[in-house]
Amino acid sequence: MTLGTVAMIGSVQSCKMKTAESAVQGDAASKVYVAPGKYDEFYNFVSGGFSGQVSVYGLPSGRLLKVIPVFSVFPENGYGYSEESKAMLTTTAGQIPWDDQHHLDLSQTNGEQDGRWLFANANNTPRVARIDLTTFKTVEIIQIPNSGGNHSSPFITENTEYVVAGTRFSVPLGDGDVPISSFKENFKSTASFISVDKATGHMNIAFQIVLPGMNLDLSHAGKGPSHDWFFFSCYNTEQAYTLLEVNASQKDKDFIVAVNWKKAEEYAKSGKGHKVPAEYAHNTYDEDKQTATSVIEKEVLLLDPKDCPDMIYMIPCPKSPHGCDIDPSGEYIVGSGKLAALIPVFSFTKLMAAIQAKKFEGDFYGLPIVKYEEALHGEVNKPGLGPLHTEFDGKGNAYTSMFLSSEVVKWRISDLQVLDRVPTYYSVGHLMVPGGDTKKPSGKYLVAYNKITKDRYLPTGPELAQSAQLYDISGDKMQLILDYPTIGEPHYAQACPAALIKDKQVKFFDINKNHHEFVAMGEKKTNVVRKGTRVDVYMTAIRSHLTPDNIEGVYVGDDVYFHVTNLEQDWDIPHGFAIKNNPDAELLIMPGETVTLKFSPKHEGMYPFYCTDFCSALHQEMSGYLRVSPKGSNVPLKFSTGVVADTTAKK
Amino acid sequence: MKRTHILIIAITLGGFIASCGSNPAPPAENQNATMKEPGDKTGVPVVTDDSKGKGKFTDVKLTSPLDDKMVAAGKTIYDVKCGSCHKLTDEKLVGPGWKGVTDRRKPEWIMNFVTNTDEMIDKDPAAQAMLEQCMVRMPNQHLGDDEARHILEFMRKNDGKN
Repeated sequence: MTLGTVAMIGSVQSCKMKTAESAVQGDAASKVYVAPGKYDEFYNFVSGGFSGQVSVYGLPSGRLLKVIPVFSVFPENGYGYSEESKAMLTTTAGQIPWDDQHHLDLSQTNGEQDGRWLFANANNTPRVARIDLTTFKTVEIIQIPNSGGNHSSPFITENTEYVVAGTRFSVPLGDGDVPISSFKENFKSTASFISVDKATGHMNIAFQIVLPGMNLDLSHAGKGPSHDWFFFSCYNTEQAYTLLEVNASQKDKDFIVAVNWKKAEEYAKSGKGHKVPAEYAHNTYDEDKQTATSVIEKEVLLLDPKDCPDMIYMIPCPKSPHGCDIDPSGEYIVGSGKLAALIPVFSFTKLMAAIQAKKFEGDFYGLPIVKYEEALHGEVNKPGLGPLHTEFDGKGNAYTSMFLSSEVVKWRISDLQVLDRVPTYYSVGHLMVPGGDTKKPSGKYLVAYNKITKDRYLPTGPELAQSAQLYDISGDKMQLILDYPTIGEPHYAQACPAALIKDKQVKFFDINKNHHEFVAMGEKKTNVVRKGTRVDVYMTAIRSHLTPDNIEGVYVGDDVYFHVTNLEQDWDIPHGFAIKNNPDAELLIMPGETVTLKFSPKHEGMYPFYCTDFCSALHQEMSGYLRVSPKGSNVPLKFSTGVVADTTAKK
Repeated sequence: MKRTHILIIAITLGGFIASCGSNPAPPAENQNATMKEPGDKTGVPVVTDDSKGKGKFTDVKLTSPLDDKMVAAGKTIYDVKCGSCHKLTDEKLVGPGWKGVTDRRKPEWIMNFVTNTDEMIDKDPAAQAMLEQCMVRMPNQHLGDDEARHILEFMRKNDGKN
């Protein structure tokens, strides 16, 4: 069957299903209704795609709880603009205010979610972020050298030993100044293994495995019996570097790359790798100092499979595989050839036996290729068109998204029989079952993340939202129960029981543990200090005044740093800080926190500043003035709160 | 019994109006008291005497002379968590000045107010009356039990107690 035919059939099928009138049935409303004041059952973390952020929803209500800024600046709370957070977005190419955020993984212990951290990838400028689930703050971002298109990331091993980062776009190692046509000789894929400190979560690139130039797409770690292994799908083993749409779809089969990471770890420790110079930014947020710092790391350890036997095997997989998903038992590896009309399911036991018996059918640049049939558990036949991603319910069933035919297909792992199918609206990408990629999925809900919404919602001009659709999968038949728009373009998502993290939430920061360099520990410590053209304002905020709230003696050409300490010690009492004509952002300062806004006035004048986050009945009164005088004038430095001149002030 | 209650509320209210104004109210001493945890088995604090406010403190034992360590600790807390809104004189800033507060209020009331702020503002008649005067809910500054006691000692020092 040619590609054209596949596409035609796909569109014919999907046209049949694509009606906005397709109604939900039964008691859908009561299944998703979470009464006012009641909590959702699950936290759902959703990648933001081209928004660069992560959004947090409650399930089953679909209520948006929060947007966590990760890879994009966020003027609404100052992320990426405040002096404390600027360093989080530092790269070797300078400060980058945006990225394309595709996949998320919640940290695990023994293959089960432990509710500690959420990992997020940046696809465009390769990076991996770690989000602390007690504060919902991005606390670490590490850049990945020798990489392009960090797509098969940030998937983790069973005990969060490693987070991986695999290149979708191969690039030359080191200096990339080579002819594009030298792809075969010079371009490499890399699979980076980032170690995660058990206690602190701190990340470090432990080693990078250098693979032939091709496109690593998605990945998942083994679990249980396959604990030691990591599986990456790949396409473009044709090694095309132009018109990939055609040229990377020539071969009947690409591969799933099986990496024995335990062995790789041993090789790295025993000196089989070689260190090469590679600069990359490593940004960490210090909770104690409430400030992020960026360090440029200088080298990375490369592992060449040639020096590391028995570390990598290639499993043939039809038609440019995309999803690469491991069932809860760790025995079955599901590859999804996105142009295929079947889903191959591999058996880990058979794979190990085939490797043992050397049942190979050649090699790919020296990497042994296991015979397809020898590793195969079986194929799901005629599941639908364009299989992309598979999740599991822990009851022996798998759910695969079908992009071309816009549907979710439920099938049984043991006998590969299709059990049920439901339409999605429209063109579904990722699926997510809470815990669906762990040893213990909660088989209650499934969310489909759709690329196209067309007629699903009130139209909003040419640009429409992407959508999420919630299905009840607790019974034999899947039932659509909710449909709601999302932020950015959601790709992969995660969800965990609310109880896992709800009670660990930090409500405020203890002011007595605030070791920020510029904290004002109480109003008595407020101050304004000039050092050359730098003016540091040690300011406090409490319901409902800022101290100092009258500042004079600042000149055009000065850089004024407002270090605002929120003295409140109660939950949900942030204060905001904004000043007129400031060209970037405001600050939101959480209780007990100190955050800094740099303001460099360009003209003399009077600059009101105020609290932007409604804090009390006297919130409107929470304001002040900064007087800016011409450069070289002799207005003395003066600051106060609550001081009223006894005569009319003179200029 | 009823009369006593009314009398106490009247005194309390008097204390409040005064506190947001400037005149100290007549003293209401309670020297020989002991501090204890809520006694009720249901875990719900039981406060029978309204003038002691609502919260876990039903019996606070005051000492003489003042405990200098507690006074010093109380001052540190005051500077970070209280001084933005309360002066040490009888002048109102955001909230009432502290001069005379230990004469206007029972020690239990003060400690309950600074540790159980939200319930006090929601339910205690005196605290509610003060909210009407000041128009800003006193922030719950999450003082621990010891910290509350230190603040009380610092207030007593400020009021010239010994």
